[in-house]
Amino acid sequence: MTILDMNVFNNLKDSTGADFILELLSAFFEDAENQMEQMRTSMATQDVETFRRAAHSLKSNAATFGAMELSSLARELETMARNENLEAGNRLEDLKDAFEKVKIMLNELR
Amino acid sequence: MSNPSSEPARLLVVDDNRVNRMTLSRSLENQGHVVETAENGQEGLEKIHTGTFDLVLLDIEMPIMNGFQVLEACLNDINLRQIPIIMTSAMEELDAVVKCVELGAEDYLTKPVNPILLRARVNASLEKKRLRDEQRKLFRTFATKEVAEELLRTGFSLGGQMVTASVLVADIRSFTSIAENQTPSDSIELLNQYFSMMFDAVTQNGGIINQIVGDGLLAVFGAPIFHEDHRERAVKAALQMLEQLKLFNENQIANNKTPIRIGIGITSGKMVAGYTGTQNRAIYTCIGDTVNLADRIEEYTKEALRPLLVDQYTREGLPEQYKVEDLGKIIFKGKNQAVNVFAITDS
Repeated sequence: MTILDMNVFNNLKDSTGADFILELLSAFFEDAENQMEQMRTSMATQDVETFRRAAHSLKSNAATFGAMELSSLARELETMARNENLEAGNRLEDLKDAFEKVKIMLNELR
Repeated sequence: MSNPSSEPARLLVVDDNRVNRMTLSRSLENQGHVVETAENGQEGLEKIHTGTFDLVLLDIEMPIMNGFQVLEACLNDINLRQIPIIMTSAMEELDAVVKCVELGAEDYLTKPVNPILLRARVNASLEKKRLRDEQRKLFRTFATKEVAEELLRTGFSLGGQMVTASVLVADIRSFTSIAENQTPSDSIELLNQYFSMMFDAVTQNGGIINQIVGDGLLAVFGAPIFHEDHRERAVKAALQMLEQLKLFNENQIANNKTPIRIGIGITSGKMVAGYTGTQNRAIYTCIGDTVNLADRIEEYTKEALRPLLVDQYTREGLPEQYKVEDLGKIIFKGKNQAVNVFAITDS
């Protein structure tokens, strides 16, 4: 699956402006770290609702930047939580890996 | 990037997700709009109440108060109902979006929001709002806020229905001779001042102006929106008219101008009300014996030397504090049965 859809990213850059994209990227990175942290802790406490919200937001933000693989992984986790299932196995590690890959690519583009 | 064809609009973005708020507000600012943001439904609703927004972009899934609840609160509030709301949601929430659009949301956008679609939907919604605002202004000229909203919501359909309502007919005494003794522009000026007083009295009491012919006007109370106290509302409006006229005449005399006298007739009962005309030109009107009788009773004010006369059914709808004088049964031209007429002197 595409790690970064350049069309989506360029559209976002055009509509928000080249300067603003830096600010937007920092917000995305910071929030993504928080969302993944929330998912880890809520999985431990079996807090389905918190887990689902965090996955939902991460999915949405990843899609905003064209990070398709990351978005898709987050969506799978969101769907699991929606079905009250938090048996995510090592999916959270996969999610983290996908995020790191995207972060490197996006940082090169900034 | 700004849109030269349109004025900057005031937009509110409600979304619990910071990246969404930043993306949407910056894109919209780059399109020339002024944007505020709110982080949850409750904060959003508070801002909608206090601000004057032309459009709201509303996320569905939010903590504290979700988009669905905010939408419902806005649609149930007569002061907020006219603000268009575009729902923003994830692709998977399409069921919820459909529900929102059915409920009355203007449109929707799926996230991540495509900037070209964003521009198109926002501009289309703003244009529709502009047209509706103009229409609303036009309606407000003739009716109360409530009636105007009702007309906007249900639209005009030609055809009538039987309603129970009150009709008020008011006329200026010997206006023709007043008009003959002053310049045409003075006459029009006089009429404009007069009608503005009369309109205020009608709309402030929940009535709607149906017709203006020359110096006469016909107003209805209790239709198209029913009011239990339509009879008292009509009488209140009439007393307010007379009170306003008294002040107006004091001013006329002080300025060496002719004072005017009016006669008012009010009747209540069943009548046919609805839009008559064609799809291109229609008026809301009432027809039936009740309406004809209001004309007759209004004319009778000249003979009775009382400015405000009502029929029996109107009289029966008035609380005790009104001063009512029974003028007995009168047989009007073209009517077979005598009608009991009452003069209202004060409340």
